[in-house]
Amino acid sequence: MPRRHQGSVRATHWLTTLAFVALLVSGVEILLSHPRFYWGETGNVEETPLFTIPVPASRSTVPTGYDYVLPDQNGWSRYLHFQSAWLLGVTGLVYVVAGIGSGHFRRNLWPASAELRWPALRHTIAQHVRLSSASAGDKWSYNLLQRITYLLVIFVLVPCVIWTGLAMSPGVTSVWPATVTLLSGKQSARTLHFAVSVALTLFVLAHLVMLVLAGFTARVRAMITGHAEVRS
Amino acid sequence: MSPLSRRMLLTAGLVATGTSVVAAAATLGRRLGLVPPDAGGIYGPGETLTYAAHRLVGRHAMARDFSRQMISAKPFANSVRPPDEAFLRHQAAGFTTWRLAVDGLVEHPASLSIAELRAVGVSRQITEISCEEGWSYIAEWIGTPLATVLDLADVKPGARYVVYQSHDVNAWDSIDLDEARHPQTLLAWGMNGGELPVPFGGPLRMRVPRQLGYKSTKYVTRLVVTDSLAGFGTGKGSADAEAGYSWYAGI
Repeated sequence: MPRRHQGSVRATHWLTTLAFVALLVSGVEILLSHPRFYWGETGNVEETPLFTIPVPASRSTVPTGYDYVLPDQNGWSRYLHFQSAWLLGVTGLVYVVAGIGSGHFRRNLWPASAELRWPALRHTIAQHVRLSSASAGDKWSYNLLQRITYLLVIFVLVPCVIWTGLAMSPGVTSVWPATVTLLSGKQSARTLHFAVSVALTLFVLAHLVMLVLAGFTARVRAMITGHAEVRS
Repeated sequence: MSPLSRRMLLTAGLVATGTSVVAAAATLGRRLGLVPPDAGGIYGPGETLTYAAHRLVGRHAMARDFSRQMISAKPFANSVRPPDEAFLRHQAAGFTTWRLAVDGLVEHPASLSIAELRAVGVSRQITEISCEEGWSYIAEWIGTPLATVLDLADVKPGARYVVYQSHDVNAWDSIDLDEARHPQTLLAWGMNGGELPVPFGGPLRMRVPRQLGYKSTKYVTRLVVTDSLAGFGTGKGSADAEAGYSWYAGI
């Protein structure tokens, strides 16, 4: 029986899922201690923010418009955030190395030249816009929009979220100042980290919607067992 | 051999190898001083990876030093506990009565006034202080390098950490000797060309620019050089670590 997903893809998929959920929950908690964003090197409550998130804060020093302060959850959130960041980084590295070695990127993700022609492209886009269920072929391979989105997430968004995260670290920027100066400052890095995190969260939401449309149980089973169909 | 049992053998081999590699790395890490004092518990692996990576790659790295134009016009002091009577008496005396005790694993325990600290050595830096909450500002910090004070007291062999205590008994912390001897680690008594204002930690604050702001403890009164953090609090190395925040804040 042919495999839908190879072992390295399945293992790294679930490890990444675990890391992402932990990073998202802890990231939101950390954000609540200062839900204001700035551009440039510095920013604090004495400076004008670029924008603010209209939520109460977990610090009494932050003006939010709410007359109450949330409990401080930053201790465990920060421990969990950085441990999960290690998990994401190591898992990502294993995935990319295994993906190059096994031909996963070339075979499963790089769009075929026939797909890049306009009629095929228009057909895939129309299918998505109508939210029509996946075609039979989708069970065995990724369609064009999927391929482009996955490549964007793997090679643009995730590297960017790691980079902007590291650019906030005083230790890392001492060793490699360019990590933060290229982003025009620490507060810019923080703002970009938030923006990329929002983009990744939107991707995950869209991914879940597509999963439901395509058949949640069958697709999740395929990502666990590797098989597209139930073994009889 | 069926494919399934081959896979099981392979997996078992990988797990066994992985476990022994981790065990060997942990032993080596402890010997090389790459394991932080709060490495116990579920977040120990992440903390140890971060601390070890920073010590292996950036032991001597310098925090970014900014130009004078980059100094924040509006620095934010953050909230501090209201001063007690003893502090107000020091303040009324213009902090001439403030003393910094230096003891523990040193040949020459000392007690220094701010004026004596100034006489020992002066260093200036324009660095950013970053709070774990996300905000930051840049200021010129003027002070005496901690390394100079440690040399004056003559640290005994075997020392590994410097514990620093504050007039606020709830705010003690510690750093390893690498951080303590780093040229940018200051006992700061000046800021932006003047004296260090009380809201910013005056008369004396620790300044550790390669770590987050919470390591730059305000109102420092005592340094204890030690080979082990076990005797301080619950052994996690700082009041913040005991409150659930990581001891190493270079992230």
